Amino acid sequence: MVSTSSVGTFPKRVKIVEVGPRDGLQNEKNIVPTAMKIKLIDMLSEAGLPVIEATSFVSPKWVPQMADHTEVLKGIQKFPGINYPVLTPNFKGFQAAVAAGAKEVAVFGAASELFTKKNINCSIEESIQRFGEVLKAARAASIPVRGYVSCALGCPYEGKISPAKVAEVTKKMYSMGCYEISLGDTIGVGTPGGMKDMLSAVMQEVPVAALAVHCHDTYGQALANTLMALQMGVSVVDSSVAGLGGCPYAQGASGNLATEDLVYMLAGLGIHTGVNLQKLLEAGTFICQALNRKTSSKVAQATCKL
Amino acid sequence: MQSARRAQRRVQRAPHLKVLWLGGASPPRCWRHPPQVPPHRPGRGPLPSLARGAAAVRRAAAPRRPRPAALSCGSLLSPPAAPGSAMGNVPSAVKHCLSYQQLLREHLWIGDSVAGALDPAQESSQFSGLPEYVKIVEVGPRDGLQNEKVIVPTDIKIEFINQLSQTGLSVIEVTSFVSSRWVPQVAAGATEISVFGAASESFSKKNINCSIEESMEKFEEVVKSARHMNIPARGYVSCALGCPYEGGITTQKVTEVSKRLYGMGCYEISLGDTIGVGTPGSMRRMLESVMKEIPSSALAVHCHDTYGQALANILTALQMGINVVDSAVAGLGGCPYAKGASGNVATEDLIYMLHGLGLHTGVNLYKVMEAGDFICKAVNKSTNSKVAQASFKGRLERICA
Repeated sequence: MVSTSSVGTFPKRVKIVEVGPRDGLQNEKNIVPTAMKIKLIDMLSEAGLPVIEATSFVSPKWVPQMADHTEVLKGIQKFPGINYPVLTPNFKGFQAAVAAGAKEVAVFGAASELFTKKNINCSIEESIQRFGEVLKAARAASIPVRGYVSCALGCPYEGKISPAKVAEVTKKMYSMGCYEISLGDTIGVGTPGGMKDMLSAVMQEVPVAALAVHCHDTYGQALANTLMALQMGVSVVDSSVAGLGGCPYAQGASGNLATEDLVYMLAGLGIHTGVNLQKLLEAGTFICQALNRKTSSKVAQATCKL
Repeated sequence: MQSARRAQRRVQRAPHLKVLWLGGASPPRCWRHPPQVPPHRPGRGPLPSLARGAAAVRRAAAPRRPRPAALSCGSLLSPPAAPGSAMGNVPSAVKHCLSYQQLLREHLWIGDSVAGALDPAQESSQFSGLPEYVKIVEVGPRDGLQNEKVIVPTDIKIEFINQLSQTGLSVIEVTSFVSSRWVPQVAAGATEISVFGAASESFSKKNINCSIEESMEKFEEVVKSARHMNIPARGYVSCALGCPYEGGITTQKVTEVSKRLYGMGCYEISLGDTIGVGTPGSMRRMLESVMKEIPSSALAVHCHDTYGQALANILTALQMGINVVDSAVAGLGGCPYAKGASGNVATEDLIYMLHGLGLHTGVNLYKVMEAGDFICKAVNKSTNSKVAQASFKGRLERICA
């Protein structure tokens, strides 16, 4: 652990999971052509991000932005040492993903019954059974599975979510075979105290090395929440280049934490990420132009030359 | 200058409005008195903390609010559930899941009282090791507006300040009197002054055309005169975490300048990350150094959000015992050194974090958001506050109705 003082230590290295091409683009209004998606992912690979969530094998009827999932996964350059997980909500999606060459997949759970009902029309228990099939098949194919737990710090339908519930769902997913669980503040309402409480509960059930945080910046709290998670020992953080992806629950509000801003903080803390900030900024500029939108990254916005 | 004087006479009675005097012509007659701060006497220990006294008063006044029941989702506008769609795969249509009034109450901890009462759940998860009360110094009307392109008419400024006065903010920095010629006199009537030092020689030269040492000599005269008239002085140290001209700044230099300002009689030193380049690591190192010489109760942080680091830096400062934070409503004020970049941290986002941490501020977030909405419309720009962006657009009318 890197110690910057007698109070507070941080992991020496942090793995950044870049979710821009999937979580980010999915929540953008404008449809991005396949060639541009591929170029974005290639640029992110060149920037040195160790994990880049490439696409989602979901029905195009529901997520038109991800309709070209097979072409994207087949079209990207697979840099050695970089993982390209894809979302597979069910067994059918998993099969399509494997056929397209996927070497890692991800499944989504939630710590809120209402959220699960509204999103995939079933209970938490049923949803776990559903992706249980994916986990079984993935194990047979030696494909690692990453789990997500949505609403870890609050739910747009239920409001507050108890840390115990988050711990319960996380433990279940971990015991079913997910190698890593990403705890998501889906609507960005969390603050550092809530993050600490939630992680304290979860870490009693799942080792911290298997945990990641996925903070949304809807209320500007993402980096502070991430800092708290790092202080608790978490060493995997999800973020999205240019802060792509608005919040579907608050019109006009921002969504994901911007990777550039995260990298800036980690570099300032002396934590190794392996990411080249300059190349990352270039990828952000590229995709914002493609989407015809301004970046949500403050680092990208600042042109101050030091 | 004339309009600023007229403005002050017209501002309604409001608590603790502070006139910032950058050491130019004589400061104006003020119409309001700041909190009674005893004169600082070096060698006799630090000033009693305003924060502790204020916290005691507020705790006594704040009633406990019962936790509101979760709303049913009868009013949801969500589309039918999509079988096979993954979590988070929702269309970008707005979903009024919880009513925003409910969301604000539950997540933004907006109490009915100005004191912002906590519900029991939040109190029990109060983050240990943090100060119980944080004093927010609102710099929007001065630092914020100063860096906005649009010149704001006087009556708008007055209305803006009046609105801020209703929010519970205990310190609101109002205006500044700047003169290129130094006139070391304090006219009767000034109620509080501020002096700006810098931890960078280049910055000092470029901004006030003198070296750090020369500026300290001038401030010494000013602060001494002010104290002689029982007028408290707040010191600012710019470039505490980096300089637009020199780059990195040593912690020793920041400590040296801060100690100088404190020693000459400033009751509080606000350490400013002027260009927002600081990160939690550099914040921690800088504070460790400064706190060897100055008690934490006499320190404040003034973080800029130019690189999105402000709240993370502020959290670090709180963890180290700092309990005074400067911010600007709506995140007013861009960065004069980085075109198009943001400047001050938004007061709304700061309050959101502090209340979420279970800390008292005495400020009503709702009313701050209203003031932010007002001034943004007046300067014709969108708010830099994420909290305001997420919960404010067009919904306040419905909630207030």
